[in-house]
Amino acid sequence: MGGRRFSLDWVGAVPFLAYVAIFLILPTAIVGLGAFFDARNAFTLDNFAHLSRSYIVKATIDTVAVSAITAVLGACFGALLAYAIATGNPDGLLRRLLVSASGVLAQFGGVTLAFAFIACIGPAGFVYLFAQSHGFDFYKNDLWLFEIPGLDLVYLYFQIPLMVLVFLPALDGIKPQWREATESLGGNTWHYWRHVAGPLLFPAFLGGVLLLFANSFSAYATANALIGQGQPMLAQQIAGALSSEVGAFEPGFAKAISIEMIVIVTVVTVLYTLLQRRTARWL
Amino acid sequence: MKLATLTRSLSLAVAALVFVAACGSSGGGGSASCSETKAKTATSASDCGGMDALIAAAKSEGKLNVIALPRDWANYGALLDAFAAKYNIKIDSANPDGSSQDEVNAVKQLGSTSRAPDVLDVGMAVALANTDLFAPYKVQTWDDILTSQKEPTGLWFQDYGGFMSIGYDSAKVPEIKNFSDLEGAAFKGKVALNGNPKQANAALNGVMMANLAVGGTIDDVSKGVDWFHKLKTLGNFSKTQATTATVKNGTTPVVFDWDYLSAAHGKDVPTWKVFVPSNAILGGYYAQAISKSAPHPAAARLWEEYLYSNEGQNLWLKGLARPVRQAAMEKAGTIDAAAAAKLPPVNGTPQFMSADQATAAKNYVVAHWDAAIA
Repeated sequence: MGGRRFSLDWVGAVPFLAYVAIFLILPTAIVGLGAFFDARNAFTLDNFAHLSRSYIVKATIDTVAVSAITAVLGACFGALLAYAIATGNPDGLLRRLLVSASGVLAQFGGVTLAFAFIACIGPAGFVYLFAQSHGFDFYKNDLWLFEIPGLDLVYLYFQIPLMVLVFLPALDGIKPQWREATESLGGNTWHYWRHVAGPLLFPAFLGGVLLLFANSFSAYATANALIGQGQPMLAQQIAGALSSEVGAFEPGFAKAISIEMIVIVTVVTVLYTLLQRRTARWL
Repeated sequence: MKLATLTRSLSLAVAALVFVAACGSSGGGGSASCSETKAKTATSASDCGGMDALIAAAKSEGKLNVIALPRDWANYGALLDAFAAKYNIKIDSANPDGSSQDEVNAVKQLGSTSRAPDVLDVGMAVALANTDLFAPYKVQTWDDILTSQKEPTGLWFQDYGGFMSIGYDSAKVPEIKNFSDLEGAAFKGKVALNGNPKQANAALNGVMMANLAVGGTIDDVSKGVDWFHKLKTLGNFSKTQATTATVKNGTTPVVFDWDYLSAAHGKDVPTWKVFVPSNAILGGYYAQAISKSAPHPAAARLWEEYLYSNEGQNLWLKGLARPVRQAAMEKAGTIDAAAAAKLPPVNGTPQFMSADQATAAKNYVVAHWDAAIA
């Protein structure tokens, strides 16, 4: 503060601000405005009223549930896997293999991923047929792969590697000397995790959960390739309202659903910030 | 490629370009010429100075933009290749798996830019709702199209169609003789639709076929939705969308779809059979339209002339779609009899949804479908 009279420091941020304005703020504004118009470009509030349609309410609940479940499970398994990697040899083959595999698998999604599961454990997949011929029929009651539980399973396939990628740097920041210090002061493993490593890692863990939540909340292609009927995810409902060829074309309604999704993510982010502030106090 | 070869091919390419350009300008400058402004408003080939002038104008445009035409849908792959080769016009095929609404959205968003679609192949609901985007045009074989199958000024005209059917892999499921067979235990998790009925025309017609088969009327689709609810409760309905891939690997061994699309699965699955229930013969046609803001107006019109020529109609027939001029061509003896003989047999009186009936069915399905199969 106060070194130079006319600071030009902000110039450096112009490309970033321009980028954010064009690719984040402008599209949001277009969607936000569009939500107030019907297909004939007349002003209306109906699009928001339609959000109370039973199938949108159900899609909202299902989308939040799938996102929360896969975020929490993905974060837990991902963190455990990352811990296993971090405690191993830092230059070892296992670490290099797992990190590069995670980099690939975290981006593996969409129709390819869905079909990989269909071809493996789908009702005509070789794993299922093998299990069935050995007396283990896991679709005996229900073809759950094409229901919400199937979506949870498939999403975990890219959620866990993503958590490994984002959580590994935090684990690498934990120094073995801290554990030694805890022990020389008479602390046991519980004390170390409760008072040293836990509070240090928790904000990074929470950040990972939030990222994973947003990741599955906005996923579209994977869900659509797996469950084409009933459109359980909000992103699919948007696609339905935008590209219906049977006459259910409601672009304004699609934009209202987008706004609903933006609001939900904003609420989750605010909750995260509050929690983050609280956990930072432990430090 | 060696440098010498590269230079030679490059100079050949340049020579070819010069040659084509020369042809184009001489064709366009002939006695019966068709300027771009003329082509834009031409409502028939003769408006453009006759077929030869239209062909010359299309060749000088050199390009045609089509959209949402999958190569394995009604033999479109062969049609696109044959047109491109016959007239030496490059075809830009955008978003092949798009929906009819995607086509209309592209026309609205891309306007008359060089990438905008020239011609559309759309479901009837979309055709009727967007006539303000279309340019009227009557192909030379216009009189062969029944009055009920075209807009009188030529804003849209139906092109090909077929009947809703149940396709199934006879190696994986028992033979289907009756619609109620599908409720049996042998069909657990095996019955799928081609798309979501809130979104895709083929799927909405699938629900309507079920409706007719279980005793519903064409005015009220509710019994069809109820039947799918029952199918879901029995555990027989598969929520994944049937595609060429899921049929090929056996994930969806029973699919409700247009007979001409279903029959095409026979290429991948030799044991694939197509069954049209005699108490539920539901027909449906798609329609052609030329975009009012087509960037290649002459090529767009020539494409329509080609599709409605005997050659174009017979290519659709080879893809097991029933071309709109089929009856007229049978009378004239110009039909490809061998291809016609391969069509799945249909015994009974076909029904067609009117625009109002389709809207009523759509409204009911949009409100009740997700809950029915949840």
